[in-house]
Amino acid sequence: MLKLPQNIKDFLTETGELSSFAYRFFREGFKPRYEVREFIHQCFVIGYKSLPLVGLTAFIIGLVLTMQLRPSMVKYGVEVQIPAMVGVAIMREIGPIVTALIFAGKIGSSIGAELGSMKVTEQIDAMEVSGTNPFKYLVVTRTLAATLMLPLLVTYSDAISLFGSYLGVNLYEPLTFKLFFKKVIDNLVYIDVIPAFIKTFFFGFAVGIIGCYKGYFSSKGTEGVGHSANSSVVVSSVVIFILDLIAVQVADLFQ
Amino acid sequence: MKNTVETDVIQINGLCKRFGSNKVLDHFDLNLQRGENLVVLGKSGSGKSVLIKCIIGLIQPEHGKIKVLGKNVLNLNQVELDEIRVKVAFLFQSNALYDSMTVRENLEFPLRRHSFQLTPDEVNAMVIEALQNVGLEHTIDMMPAELSGGMRKRIALARTLILKPEIILYDEPTTGLDPITSLEIIALINKIREKYQTSSMIISHDMKCVKLVADRIAMLIDGKCYAIGTYDALSASTDEKVRQFFN
Repeated sequence: MLKLPQNIKDFLTETGELSSFAYRFFREGFKPRYEVREFIHQCFVIGYKSLPLVGLTAFIIGLVLTMQLRPSMVKYGVEVQIPAMVGVAIMREIGPIVTALIFAGKIGSSIGAELGSMKVTEQIDAMEVSGTNPFKYLVVTRTLAATLMLPLLVTYSDAISLFGSYLGVNLYEPLTFKLFFKKVIDNLVYIDVIPAFIKTFFFGFAVGIIGCYKGYFSSKGTEGVGHSANSSVVVSSVVIFILDLIAVQVADLFQ
Repeated sequence: MKNTVETDVIQINGLCKRFGSNKVLDHFDLNLQRGENLVVLGKSGSGKSVLIKCIIGLIQPEHGKIKVLGKNVLNLNQVELDEIRVKVAFLFQSNALYDSMTVRENLEFPLRRHSFQLTPDEVNAMVIEALQNVGLEHTIDMMPAELSGGMRKRIALARTLILKPEIILYDEPTTGLDPITSLEIIALINKIREKYQTSSMIISHDMKCVKLVADRIAMLIDGKCYAIGTYDALSASTDEKVRQFFN
């Protein structure tokens, strides 16, 4: 009989457990009692508190992308197309993927560490004996908030990136914001925007559910908490790339 | 003479729990009588914490029966289990205070979660009363991280008291505390019993604590209730396994 190597067995086991955890989210998440107050709090923590980091990185990316593109575009005499090219690149790919990766680093690690710490200090058990379903209170609220906040953050990040790009263009030649914005919009079609927006819900869900899964099943004390935070980021980053690959294939079917 | 079954608030029969090949509880039997302090004594890793987590429904045993206030907790649905958990409080070994909440929010949490119809003034009065019981009213707006180990233990005790439980399960209440703070916690445990007529099951291997709080002691050895009796009776035992705890 074929014997699988241990690391493949572990991978398959963890994938199965994570799938079961995600299934439990859908099974329990939409039944009362609804943790509305905690969900709103998590939207604030996950969404609002990520604005400065996401904004800063988005601005730098927009600016740097424009500055890096310019020499090649000038060489071929098409520098006038920079806004259009940056617009498509940011809206289709760079905005969603970079924001999702930063989100995974900030939110995935924070959820993994927070839940991991709660697990090893028995706070999750304490919640259960206080008449609270910890899965709903901790996992459903955080995962739902991550799923809904990431698309908003990506929209915000796209706008800031385009503003950075506009400043990048203006470092070399004056261009009005209205004209820059027109060039961006004129070259965008629905297929650039809609699939890119839809995939961010999946990215957000992946970051939320993986962070919660890693934290919820944390063990081995403080070392386990560190491992939960670290592996939340690593696994969700890889999953984001895999989902992106799938999203591109699906979007291509509608081209 | 009173019927002992009627006075028992917890009855455990034939409880079995294993983790892998490690049999932690092996047909364990025990009863907690109304109003008594029962200490469960055993070595580290002998299954004492597993036992009380089974009682409160945090761990599912493989076999056996656990009757709490007349109801078999292993057959209860979630709503019924939550009803039992209003009457049975649990003091965790690590205190389990919510790091992200103030002392006030920690104490309000069980009140808000158990769906009581309480006004904000009533909630505030209950929080203050619970804090007065442990002598820490001034910490009401502090975060758990700002408190000492002993204060955290007392706040955790205040949180277990806030629902006015009939039974309190203490998981090693004096572990990790200095001797003076340990004595304060022991005094609080006795004070709570007197004031609220609670029945308590106390997990410990701190013999000073055991001597000061126990009405009866149950010895958990090899997964079974090996011996049960008062401190004086057990300390006078000639059984080698029992004696090693009292030497």
